[in-house]
Amino acid sequence: MENKFTVRGLNLYYGDFQALKNINIDIPEHKVTALIGPSGCGKSTFLRTLDRMQDTVEGARVEGQILFDGEDIYRRDCDVIKLRKKVGMVFQSPNPFPKSIYENIVYGPRVHGITEKKKLDEIVERTLKEVALWDETKDRLNDSALGMSGGQQQRLCIARCLAVEPEVILMDEPTSALDPVATAKIEGLMHELSKKYTIVIVTHNMQQAGRISDQTAFFLLGELLEVNPTDKIFSDPDNIKTEEYISGRFG
Amino acid sequence: MEQNITFRPKMDDELQAIDNKVLSMAELVETQILNAVKAIKEKDMKLARDIIDGDEEIDDLEDKINNDCFKFLATQAPLASDLRYAISIMKMIRDIERIGDHCVDIAKFAIRLNDKEYYKELIDLPRMAGMSTQMVSDAIRSFVDKDLRLARRVWKKDDEIDELYKFVLEEQLGVAGSEPEKAECAVQFAFVAEHLERIADYATNICEETVFMLEGKDLTKI
Ligand SMILES: Nc1ncnc2c1ncn2[C@@H]1O[C@H](COP(=O)(O)OP(=O)(O)O)[C@@H](O)[C@H]1O
Ligand SMILES: [Mg+2]
Repeated sequence: MENKFTVRGLNLYYGDFQALKNINIDIPEHKVTALIGPSGCGKSTFLRTLDRMQDTVEGARVEGQILFDGEDIYRRDCDVIKLRKKVGMVFQSPNPFPKSIYENIVYGPRVHGITEKKKLDEIVERTLKEVALWDETKDRLNDSALGMSGGQQQRLCIARCLAVEPEVILMDEPTSALDPVATAKIEGLMHELSKKYTIVIVTHNMQQAGRISDQTAFFLLGELLEVNPTDKIFSDPDNIKTEEYISGRFG
Repeated sequence: MEQNITFRPKMDDELQAIDNKVLSMAELVETQILNAVKAIKEKDMKLARDIIDGDEEIDDLEDKINNDCFKFLATQAPLASDLRYAISIMKMIRDIERIGDHCVDIAKFAIRLNDKEYYKELIDLPRMAGMSTQMVSDAIRSFVDKDLRLARRVWKKDDEIDELYKFVLEEQLGVAGSEPEKAECAVQFAFVAEHLERIADYATNICEETVFMLEGKDLTKI
């Protein structure tokens, strides 16, 4: 199995505060990796190091190594634009642009230089199908995205992310603002998407991590305490702290 | 074509994989039952030894399925019918594994009977084997296909095999009591019949699991 990311000795500081401490983890290709742990333990911070969104945070400093397809993304000449094209991000609350459904999806491809109408139409259809929104939206692609339900908006944001043909999708608590039905749909979607994309998802919902992921990483106070196949972590974790967290003894 | 997104594709994939393993295990054990009696009837020692060796594969599958169920419970936190399904499977494969053990016992009788002269042609034991195999097969089918009616039908079939067992038992014990030179053989046939009767009992257990899974009720209490 290929590793999409290989993270070695990663430290991250916000000023004097060390938010990530010596993180080592491999993210396998075409699998779902879940990041769990109590609030403030560094899950989002770690996720943002993978597409170098962390660079935009003032005062943040990174040490160590993150290889993406074997290439160090923190070396000086790394093309961050290209990296972010390959590594897409979906956020906690759905954040479509206040534009039409169609425009939301073609925004990224246009930025990357695709202008031909036929090509853009194809992208819209393909991505909306991938997120199971096509049937619901094909007759109203010019309606505002803001008129959709929260769950639909989140699926649109995933479609928008898929439009630039990424290889990895990072998701930061993508269902925490959604109702249970919309959540179940997104979870179902993730399983399908993982056949084609590598997914890393932060979730505070432990059951969700169990249901959808292949590998789970448990963070505590900036440390990665355990990473193991999800069935192993959920049935017989190696670390006593993981055991206590999973079984609800703290959190 | 729009992707058909179900709400729980991962869960369904896992359940499907477990079902497939259960069906493989069922197939193995059904063959073992038929072959065990065939080994006796035809005094086929190689077949008898194959049955004894083949039990390991059944045990391995039981372990694998148990492990799958364990992981399924741990990661999917199943509820309602999914929960009953996982629990039922774990019980059911124990029953299937025990059926496998009975086949090994029957195969050992084949080895013991090898140098004995049969005083009659074997007819009822192969018939019992056929019936109990069919019951096992239908019971597992009823579970996998979630077929309540089939489960009930198999459950009732147990009476027939009990009848036949009683008949065989009386006949063999009668022979054993009155004709000492045939006694050893007759007693062994009676033991084989008992094993086949036990196999049918396990088939009814499996039917009870089907009913429990589908209705949450115990078949013996309706
Ligand atoms: N921009 C920032 N500046 C300073 N500290 C931050 C910043 N972002 C996060 N932190 C701190 O880093 C730690 C990890 O935060 P975060 O990665 O958001 O955790 P999680 O996603 O697990 O809840 C927390 O203690 C948080 O307060
Ligand atoms: Mg966070």
